[in-house]
Amino acid sequence: MENNLLNHGDTETLRKKILRAFLSPWFYRVLLWLAPILFLLAFFFLPLSRILILAFNTSAFTKTNFQLILSTLSFTFYQAALSTILTFVLGIPSAILFSRFDFRGKSLLRALTAVPFMLPTVVVAASFNAILGTRGIFSSLFPLSPEFTTSKTFYFLLILLAHVFYNTTIVIRIVGNALSRLDPKLEAAARSLGADSFHVWKNITLLLLRPSLLAAALLVFMFDFTSFGVILLLGGSNFSTLEVEIYLRVLKLPNMPLAALLSVIQLVFTLIFSIHYTRTINQVTTQTAPRFSLARSPKTTRERAFVITNYLLLITFFLLPLISLPIRSLTRLEADRGQRGEVQYGFTTDYYQELFINRRGSLFYVPPIQAAANSLGYASITVLLSLSLGYPAAYALAKPTRLEKFLDPLIMLPLGSSAVMLGLGFIISFGRSLASPWFVPIAHTLVALPFVIRTLQPALASIPERLRQAASTLGASPFRVWQTVDFPILSRATLGAATFAFTVSLGEFGATLLLTRPEYPTIPIAIQRFLSQPGGLNFGQAMAMATLLMLLTTLAILIIEKLRLPNSGEF
Amino acid sequence: MLEIRDLFKTYDNKPLLRGISFSVSKGETICLLGASGSGKSTLLRMVAGLEFPESGLILLNGIDLAQTPPHLRDFGLVFQDYGLFPHLNIFENIAFGLRMRNVPAETIKPRVAEMLDLVNLQGFENRKVTDLSGGEQQRVALARALAPSPRLLMFDEPLGALDKSLKEDLLNQIRAILHKTKIPAIYVTHDQDEAFTIADRILFLHDGEIIRDGTPDEVWTNPKSAWVARMLGMGNVVEGRMQKAEGRMWNVTTDFGSFNVGCKHRHSVGEKVSLLVKQSGEGDELKLKVEDVLFKRDQFEVQTKNGLVIHMKEAPKVGEIIRVKVQIECLA
Repeated sequence: MENNLLNHGDTETLRKKILRAFLSPWFYRVLLWLAPILFLLAFFFLPLSRILILAFNTSAFTKTNFQLILSTLSFTFYQAALSTILTFVLGIPSAILFSRFDFRGKSLLRALTAVPFMLPTVVVAASFNAILGTRGIFSSLFPLSPEFTTSKTFYFLLILLAHVFYNTTIVIRIVGNALSRLDPKLEAAARSLGADSFHVWKNITLLLLRPSLLAAALLVFMFDFTSFGVILLLGGSNFSTLEVEIYLRVLKLPNMPLAALLSVIQLVFTLIFSIHYTRTINQVTTQTAPRFSLARSPKTTRERAFVITNYLLLITFFLLPLISLPIRSLTRLEADRGQRGEVQYGFTTDYYQELFINRRGSLFYVPPIQAAANSLGYASITVLLSLSLGYPAAYALAKPTRLEKFLDPLIMLPLGSSAVMLGLGFIISFGRSLASPWFVPIAHTLVALPFVIRTLQPALASIPERLRQAASTLGASPFRVWQTVDFPILSRATLGAATFAFTVSLGEFGATLLLTRPEYPTIPIAIQRFLSQPGGLNFGQAMAMATLLMLLTTLAILIIEKLRLPNSGEF
Repeated sequence: MLEIRDLFKTYDNKPLLRGISFSVSKGETICLLGASGSGKSTLLRMVAGLEFPESGLILLNGIDLAQTPPHLRDFGLVFQDYGLFPHLNIFENIAFGLRMRNVPAETIKPRVAEMLDLVNLQGFENRKVTDLSGGEQQRVALARALAPSPRLLMFDEPLGALDKSLKEDLLNQIRAILHKTKIPAIYVTHDQDEAFTIADRILFLHDGEIIRDGTPDEVWTNPKSAWVARMLGMGNVVEGRMQKAEGRMWNVTTDFGSFNVGCKHRHSVGEKVSLLVKQSGEGDELKLKVEDVLFKRDQFEVQTKNGLVIHMKEAPKVGEIIRVKVQIECLA
């Protein structure tokens, strides 16, 4: 009897122990992390290690390779530096405009300047082609000398303009926010202490803005440094940045060790930039919070002139390329069919109709519109994948322990690697013949996952326990608590994250270009193929495709903006 | 020394200041007392040259300052939230004004030490602004404004962000420093206690005008207007109606009876006037019904049915009729 009791007690404690192990928070944390970590190990860290191994294969270490690397690297730096400077030339006055002045249509103009940043690079490239390219609207209306429009300088100018086009909003946001946070009292104090306007600017304003200027410069530089789609699509084969060179060494002039070496070099640089950026942006946010808006309507003639000039400049620069694309997609500007030489002008829907026709000898084995279906399919898979991987990770990150502090930078690491590099890693790791179409959405998921986690995490963390407690003391059952408290907050964040993943997948270009099979093109790939072929019809179809992508993305951006939690951060 | 003449300023198309005139003489501290939004700070900013009046003059020793930019005016300014430069340390903050005047480095160092000594922060040179408490930051701000020996010091609610005991402490320090340095000062606040502690003269700003101007003593004994009396929390300000006059004595009716009040102002029969009802050992006797009794440390605050507030040593019962002697003054 006594024995039996003891036994019973023993099994009881054992059962409790097991139960406790299963109920321990650590067990759940590990369970939450299992899928995301396995995914990243298989599709990011494994390919990354393959690239590293291949890069340090001595076969890549030849003199010609080093010369190539050096010239590519110097051009990459050169174009990025030039683009950054030009972005600041437009961005700084615009930052002042938005932070210091009130005028009609301000928020609309601000939104307009932010649109290009969120558009896929292929759309940006297509837009600049639509207005300034050799077949563009501007070139048809005001023909420039063919020597100029076919010169390298012209292509280079197009690339720089496109970089300024989608990066200016970074300067406007980071520097503009810092400017509007700048306490006007400091300026007043300095002036009353005897500083003239030059000294106020030099000793106070500039020094206080320095972190934000540096952060904006680093971010813009980083985007220009890794620019791919714009350089490939606008520069033709004239320019080769690291990213473009990697692509060339994978697909056009295969040399895998060299491609691997180039991508390692690029990764090192982007990591240096992003670490620097993270440090400086933290300094920016620790500055004094805004108490009231400093913006006011312009008073003096000089201020009015500044506002009007800047306003018109921004409208022109940001609106023209964006509206040129749909206009060009509906306009016939040249001899389209064959070489009959008859130049036609006018409205046409041919380019769109042509998308539905599977022509023999066309670029695809399928009607081009199939690309849209592929894109939508890939995007849906990306949404499902990234949400099911992002949710557990975001749940764990919402209440971080030491484990999360360690894992957080690791899951954000894919952000630092370029898309082309992801593609290269897949090719090396999973064989040249990536027969399965699954690899494209997997690559897209890698790109989208950090964004998805960063969207879900604040929402999950933002649900205060007190709200749940309040609801339950007011008589809500656990289910009603979830339904009335958790669900409304989470559903917005989930939909936002889903849209984000969807947009990323729709516009993804670099990795897809390396991974996709000819019969499964996506919209960006179709645009690239149309643009790289001669003929007005191909160009027109590129415009039509890009317009479709622009509409889809704009719709998604609108949804994201509607669903964004207030204060959930920028970039 | 400083003379303000007939200053006008509108804000959002509404008149903010409507003809402000006053002067500050050497070594004098004047205090501008007014509710928030009354234009006190704007007035200061105009004196500092950071904003411009629509009309009127700001004269220093008889010279118009309209064409003098703020950095050449030599006026020190101390803000409510200190306005210290976050990217500079304490030494650099205090030295800023001296550096802008190209004072040689070997002179700056002892001067900064002297200023830190003055505000009781010896050895704080290398501290960061963010490491300091609010009171310490405000003392640094004061030292910074004082370092270049300004011709005038201006304080814009300098103690508004500090808690009560710190406030009193710092207020006494500022007072001592102003006496020691003999720098004329304009002190802006909405807190009457501060104003009475620091000011040689108090100006009441209301509806864009200075409605009362005098030493603390003068203002307290004779507030002259209902608004000032209320602002100073002087007790019961009530409305009455003038009935008839006998020389300077007017008969006034109120909610709690009619009284004879001596008055210097010109009034007409039937005019509405504001009256200050002060509790006193002698004077008219009122019979009041008690509505509520509040305990206030050494006495009881009794609220009566007519809205008068009376202070008593012993607590009456609610509903009881009490007899109180009061003096009634006309505030016009």
